[in-house]
Amino acid sequence: MIEGILVDGLIFALLALGVFISFRILDFPDLTVDGSFATGAAIAAICIINGLGIFAATVLAFIGGAVAGAATATIHNKLKLPNLLSGILVMTMLYSINIRILGGRANIALLRVDTMITKVIGFGGSLPREYTLLIFMLLFVGIIKILIDIFFRTDLGITMGALGNNEQMIKTNGVNPETMKVIGLSLSNGLVALSGAILGQYQGFADAKLGQGMIVEGLAAVMLGEFLLRSNKIFVITLRVVLGAILYKGLMFFGRYYGYYIHMTPSDLKLITSVLVIVSLVIARSQDAAGQRRKERR
Amino acid sequence: MIKLEHISKVFHPATVNENLAINDVSLTVNSGDFITIVGSNGAGKTTLFNLISGSLFPSGGSLRIHDLEMTRVPEFKRSKYIGRIFQDPTLGTAANMSLEDNMVICSSKGFKGLKMTLNSASRKAFSEELRPLAMGLEDRLKDNVGLLSGGQRQALTLLMTVLSRPDLLLLDEHTAALDPRNAQMVLEMTQRFITDYNLTAMMITHNMKHAIDYGNRLLMMDKGEIILDVSGEEKRRLTVDTLVKKFHEIRQEEFASDEGLLST
Ligand SMILES: Nc1ncnc2c1ncn2[C@@H]1O[C@H](COP(=O)(O)OP(=O)(O)OP(=O)(O)O)[C@@H](O)[C@H]1O
Ligand SMILES: [Mg+2]
Repeated sequence: MIEGILVDGLIFALLALGVFISFRILDFPDLTVDGSFATGAAIAAICIINGLGIFAATVLAFIGGAVAGAATATIHNKLKLPNLLSGILVMTMLYSINIRILGGRANIALLRVDTMITKVIGFGGSLPREYTLLIFMLLFVGIIKILIDIFFRTDLGITMGALGNNEQMIKTNGVNPETMKVIGLSLSNGLVALSGAILGQYQGFADAKLGQGMIVEGLAAVMLGEFLLRSNKIFVITLRVVLGAILYKGLMFFGRYYGYYIHMTPSDLKLITSVLVIVSLVIARSQDAAGQRRKERR
Repeated sequence: MIKLEHISKVFHPATVNENLAINDVSLTVNSGDFITIVGSNGAGKTTLFNLISGSLFPSGGSLRIHDLEMTRVPEFKRSKYIGRIFQDPTLGTAANMSLEDNMVICSSKGFKGLKMTLNSASRKAFSEELRPLAMGLEDRLKDNVGLLSGGQRQALTLLMTVLSRPDLLLLDEHTAALDPRNAQMVLEMTQRFITDYNLTAMMITHNMKHAIDYGNRLLMMDKGEIILDVSGEEKRRLTVDTLVKKFHEIRQEEFASDEGLLST
């Protein structure tokens, strides 16, 4: 059971890392996620079914998400549409596009084909299935996390880090904020699509609507993580996103299994998630205000 | 070095809110000039800076930097030549990032690639650069800039801007948000940097005395126009009283001629 939650959480952590980049680093509330998550799953499924191989499927899924993110950033940059609207437009486009990717179907099953998951389990030999997957996901997410950490230590990454905080400073230092947004949202949605690609293979099917509500779930994970650890070091910040994602999946698990004591059904979970985000926001804000008062008194 | 020709800026053109904020301004900034700018609220001083830096584009006229046509070149591209410091100390630095991260961003202008500037050598260099500020910032490279006081942040911004050796330094009431002691400190630092690095600078201030004491040239703006431009010996002889008197003289004359126009 706990292995299951961890695997779930780690797959979901990739999405949370993407959401963290758009919401926290770029300060760009990007709703593309609800579409690009399913895009990742769809691209990976179709590639695998057509025998392109797991590696190509995964890379193409990432690229598909990145293109979606770049589209949102470009609409926002060039047509001067508000960031929320740009994301909603691309998300809506993606619902149609995802069905096209799936060959005109709303979903597709990955039966009797080798996926990343079956390969990994095969590789594990006599080790229990869930443990093999857990070790694999730990490695996979660990590597991605470290790559993200390294990226945010480069000059480009550091500059991107300042964008959400102070766009004027970026411009004053000769950097085009529009370029930063394209790069940032591509990276963000690439990660989201990667998460979708793995989840699709894990559940054995891809669905054009797989991403519905994922943006709020990702946000909930990011915020939960922020309660766990306080730091300004990127290494810790990405770690807490991953931990937040796992914690979120744990909470949802308990909600699903023990919720019936309070007459909760699985369909209530989205309601709970949104309430969780609202509560987190309120708590975070009151903490900020308290911190501000403390600073002023000094 | 910088040449503005017949620059004008109209906000909300063809609406009831139409506002001619800059009215046919021509100005040449020479290399090595330290220009102070005074003028009442709404005179158009900040708008003039916005036009020079490219955060706004003019409605008419042309602007050249180093003989390069810049009238419609976006702000981030002009930043190569221009360093700008705002009245609000929070605009110059990223509060949620560490001091060293902020210094990386300011240490080179233009698009930054995947190289890693931040290492022990560059940290040491940053410390050395911060030491002359005598604020103890050299030991706080890992602290978030948001933890610094307004004066410290403004001093830091000034230092980082100067280190990038801009061809033109734009200072928009950059000491106005600070308490008198910090304001004086930042102002003196400004003067020192401008002399040491031989910078060309323009400084907006509401303090007539500062405008007179600092710089080699003084502009007075009113209603979107430069109504006074004095430099050299004439500037050195200025006092607050003569400056105020000059302002009234110029505006009175205009009233008179306006009335003259009306009556004919
Ligand atoms: N972005 C803008 N949109 C519309 N009107 C503007 C804008 N910026 C400035 N203005 C108007 O242009 C005029 C000049 O404003 P500006 O900020 O340049 O004055 P200032 O000389 O800097 O004044 P202060 O000393 O108060 O800073 C004002 O009437 C102002 O309302
Ligand atoms: Mg102003």
